Amino acid sequence: MAMNEPQQISVQELIAQKSNRGLLAFTEKLIPKILFLIASVSVLTTIGIVFTLIFETVTFFTEVNILSFLTGTEWYPFANSTPAYGILPLVVGTLKITGIAILVAVPIGIATAIFLSEYASDRVRRFIKPILEVLAGVPTIVYGFFALTFVTPILRSIYPDIAIFNALSPGIVVGIMIIPMIASLSEDAMSSVPNAMRDGAYALGATKLEVAVKIVLPAALSGIVASTVLAISRAIGETMIVAVAAGSTPGFNWDVTGSIQTMTAYIVQVTTGDAGYGTTIYYSIYAVGFTLFLFTLAMNMLAQFISKRFREEY
Amino acid sequence: MTTIVKPEVKTAEKETVKKNKSSVYKTEQLNLWYGSNHALKNIDLDIKENEVTAIIGPSGCGKSTYIKTLNRMIETIPSVKTSGVINYRDKNIFDKEYQVEELRTKVGMVFQKPNPFPKSIYDNIAYGPRIHGIKNKKILDQIVEKSLRGAAIWDEVKDRLSENAYGLSGGQQQRICIARCLAIEPDVILMDEPTSALDPISTLKVEELVQDLKKDYSIIIVTHNMQQAARISDKTAFFLNGEVVEFDETDKIFSNPSDERTEDYISGRFG
Repeated sequence: MAMNEPQQISVQELIAQKSNRGLLAFTEKLIPKILFLIASVSVLTTIGIVFTLIFETVTFFTEVNILSFLTGTEWYPFANSTPAYGILPLVVGTLKITGIAILVAVPIGIATAIFLSEYASDRVRRFIKPILEVLAGVPTIVYGFFALTFVTPILRSIYPDIAIFNALSPGIVVGIMIIPMIASLSEDAMSSVPNAMRDGAYALGATKLEVAVKIVLPAALSGIVASTVLAISRAIGETMIVAVAAGSTPGFNWDVTGSIQTMTAYIVQVTTGDAGYGTTIYYSIYAVGFTLFLFTLAMNMLAQFISKRFREEY
Repeated sequence: MTTIVKPEVKTAEKETVKKNKSSVYKTEQLNLWYGSNHALKNIDLDIKENEVTAIIGPSGCGKSTYIKTLNRMIETIPSVKTSGVINYRDKNIFDKEYQVEELRTKVGMVFQKPNPFPKSIYDNIAYGPRIHGIKNKKILDQIVEKSLRGAAIWDEVKDRLSENAYGLSGGQQQRICIARCLAIEPDVILMDEPTSALDPISTLKVEELVQDLKKDYSIIIVTHNMQQAARISDKTAFFLNGEVVEFDETDKIFSNPSDERTEDYISGRFG
């Protein structure tokens, strides 16, 4: 191929020809405004939701005493003569599910993360991580039926006293549901601990376990705790699994073998039932929803606080 | 012909080397491969105790690979294969029964980039003793002070032992890493270009420290900096393309090398 003689060109001249300073300056000014509008959509939505919750909750409290709502241990909104609106049984139901889920998910999730980050070969990691992500993508209704038709019968074959609808089975399944979240986010946190730190410990004669537990885990702690708290807040808000498998009997006790009701399951029960607009029951779901919102908000703030408090700077 | 400025050797500061020092490391016919890349070729080196042995050579000559083989840190790279023998105190470290953790308890290492743990200064130093079972607070306090004094950084950090080590300057961090290494009282200290990430003043401090530590430890130091090798070492090994070209008294290497390639390297013709 014949090479063309390189022409004498001036890059600066070309730039001067091509450039369109006026239009560029205009779009540069406009772009941040457009982006701000788009970004404010989610903020405004959040504010809208919170205000709706607050207004309807306030209406509810004109009909029901706020103190008896917060401290009452009986929840019988559907009772014809004397309905009782004490939220504690629903809170206890939610706490049972969340507690069981934490017991299942935190040890398994963190152990999985340690294995993936510190022990697994690249090939094993590339195989397991997508599986975890598939597990995270399973619709919760599927988990609900998994709890009701698979886990509950197994539990009942071991302890026949367990009711068909109980706290234990959906609690375990909610735990299984949040394992991928804890494992995957914790693994990310542990993998991002620089290898130089591991080398420093190995060079002092540390074993693999000592490096994992005493160097990598503390260095990644803020990420691990944050992921765990986020997962817990998902467990608190989990709806479908408990609606399907936990029953609808709010009770103020710590028994996990019988039917319970969580805050979320109550909201499902009312919204899918025939409570009329403007009734006390209708407003009660906003009060319950607001309580739920406060719980998850508290968990998210806790996650923020903990990840700052425990950060090991490197 | 242009005049060649050779690194100055301060002979006055050199100890007279006793002939009967015993060996800490005897390397015999060591070969190492990264996959198919033959990185170390038939290395034979006899490293004596209570000396500073410098390893010099251009980038990619295998000097870092060699020093990482001495405490088997090289094994963190999965594709590495070795053959030959490295005797540490007359025991082959490649023996199947040889406990690598035990070796690394005897042989400390200081890395190219300071790598303190993201913990307090105190916990950094106490980490080694703690994993080896020392839990007594009083003993740990003593170890921490002694190690920090040994690394000539005690006065700078004694009032801030509970602060994160990452708040220190790079030079201070490197001396913390040296102190961390001293805390388990090793026999040998391996240093892999310990001053390459430091400013000149911090470098000088680390070099003075190496001179001090020689009394109690055998030190093997990889360095890019020939002046540094000349200043602080007793023996120097010149590596080139995975081979040891020359290994001799530092004075001799820098004043009267026997191999032409050594002469070319130290006079700055390449590398």
